[in-house]
Amino acid sequence: MSEGLNIVVPIKQVPETTEVQFDEETGRLIREGVAAIINPFDEYAIEEALRIKEKHGGVVKVITMGPPWAADALRDAISMGADEGWLATDRAFAGADTWATSLTLARCIERMGGYDLVICGLKTTDGDTGQTGPEMAEHMDIPHVCYVSEITEIGDGRVVLKRNMDEGVETLEAPLPLLITVGKDINQPRLATLRGRLKAKKAEIKEITNNDLKMDPNEIGLEGSFTRVVKLFEPEVPEAGEVVEGTPDELAEAILAKLQECKVI
Amino acid sequence: MKVTDACTGCGVCVDACPFGAIDMVNDKAVINEACRACGQCVDACPVGAIVMSEAEAVDLSDYRGVMIYAEQRGGRVHPVSYELLGKAQELAAQLSEPVYVVIVGSGVGAGAEELVRRGADKVFLYDDPALADFRDDPYTDLLARCCKEEKPSIFLIGATSLGRSLGPRVSAKLQTGLTADCTYLDIDPETRLLRQTRPAYGGNIMATIVTPNSRPQMATVRYKMFPEAVKVDHPKGSVVEKTVDVSKVRDRVKVLGFEEAKEQVSISEADLIVSGGLGMGDPKGFELIGELAETLGAAVGASRPTVDEGWIDYRHQVGLSGRTVRPQVYMACGISGAVQHQAGMKTSDVIIAVNKDPEAPIFKISSLGVVGDLYEVIPRLIEKIKEHSGRA
Repeated sequence: MSEGLNIVVPIKQVPETTEVQFDEETGRLIREGVAAIINPFDEYAIEEALRIKEKHGGVVKVITMGPPWAADALRDAISMGADEGWLATDRAFAGADTWATSLTLARCIERMGGYDLVICGLKTTDGDTGQTGPEMAEHMDIPHVCYVSEITEIGDGRVVLKRNMDEGVETLEAPLPLLITVGKDINQPRLATLRGRLKAKKAEIKEITNNDLKMDPNEIGLEGSFTRVVKLFEPEVPEAGEVVEGTPDELAEAILAKLQECKVI
Repeated sequence: MKVTDACTGCGVCVDACPFGAIDMVNDKAVINEACRACGQCVDACPVGAIVMSEAEAVDLSDYRGVMIYAEQRGGRVHPVSYELLGKAQELAAQLSEPVYVVIVGSGVGAGAEELVRRGADKVFLYDDPALADFRDDPYTDLLARCCKEEKPSIFLIGATSLGRSLGPRVSAKLQTGLTADCTYLDIDPETRLLRQTRPAYGGNIMATIVTPNSRPQMATVRYKMFPEAVKVDHPKGSVVEKTVDVSKVRDRVKVLGFEEAKEQVSISEADLIVSGGLGMGDPKGFELIGELAETLGAAVGASRPTVDEGWIDYRHQVGLSGRTVRPQVYMACGISGAVQHQAGMKTSDVIIAVNKDPEAPIFKISSLGVVGDLYEVIPRLIEKIKEHSGRA
């Protein structure tokens, strides 16, 4: 691997807060006036890509799919140290579920000049599915490893890494090209430097539209999506019971009584 | 979605649209890119001027049966599989369709038999020494093959770490939709579609999603949301062994090792959980929480900020970005109760909260709210529990 690694990081621009406003009369989400940021999990993906590049050489390319202003997220990634920003933007891509999104991103990545490693954040804070990464890997027919907590070795076209499963930590060996998803246990993302910000400001963002991809309209955007959202509503809240105040002894007694009532002691 | 010339510009559809996807332009409805094709405007339009574009023709009537994936490690069936089986039985009864299970592994025949005893109509078994360890590649290929052969209308997978890695890969291969991390499932009596309900936006919004035009309708389903299927009196189902040539499936990632998590009580399985939050003020608070947990035989949980601060390991994290738990009793100490935390514990049978702040949101969902200093209350509680068990 004398020329280093081609690393692609797909990212997403998300609302800064998950505390969405909900208009109870119309049942609509209120999206106006909410600032947009890089999906926090994607920052770990960018950081890991930069660390691999620093150690093994190569190039880090970030891509996002979205409206023209999603280029801001790409510039943020470039200010952290990413080399290239790619924006998949086309009205025909709009309304895509994870299936159509992952297919579109897969076709984009295949045109971006080769890839050895694709690193995704393990999920986004808005959609919260964690599906786009593994689905992309299937569309590209490359293996994937989710929840990677450490990359211990890269070389000879293979990677040794650890992944966090519910029951414990697995050590795996995977061939390149490979897609991984990472979360907050893998690293501490760096902050953008002033120099990085200046570079990002001037960086050229390469756009990809469906004129470039020539995908069937039935495969992209809303038309290409197999799932449909039919209803949005506010979650139910369990009913509140009693709230007690008193001396520490009285309070401990109240808890003891509740535990006895539940027959757990 | 198309708006025909019949549109009178009345604006009813604008109010009916949950996504703000309809604008009035020159007194005609125009659908913008926010449209999710939910069809609410079609129903709302008083003159029938909005039509849904015809979906591609897939013969959906070929697909019957509710299938679940039975996850296992080392031959032990993961309890989420029994929860899925219970839910599948309920859905299948509404549809008058059979309940299928698919299980993949090595030496998992006993697990397959247990699923029959708990009421599965057919358990499709892929058993081979080469399938002992879970790998996404071969498991994907076998589940996809099973779906192509058996054509279930619904396919459910547990939203465990394994299921949320495997499910998307299978759905991409099968070219069908997948809804992540569902907390509620039912059948629309009119369309017979599976309604898949899940939290989004950090648990602030619930979304109901359907998969109208492709099969199977796939969902990953959160653990500890539904009761387990229990043994039936006269099991009528059977295990169907599927031949498997492992050399013919993809297998690119090798498992080199596995280190089991150390904690004695896993919070996902615990009947009693004592959790600590940032309100403890100090990482040492977990020593007190640990002492109470030990006295009660409970597992230790934690809120996300304490994990972010490095006070305790991620495995203890309860909430949207941690584990979902459903114990008999959940005791939240110094946890304010952000909606993200609530998403992971609010289905607990009984919630007891200890917090200094009487305005803490956790009190709004607690069966018992205790306004006080946990450092004063909990040591006394530990004494009282010890006295009580001494007497008993």
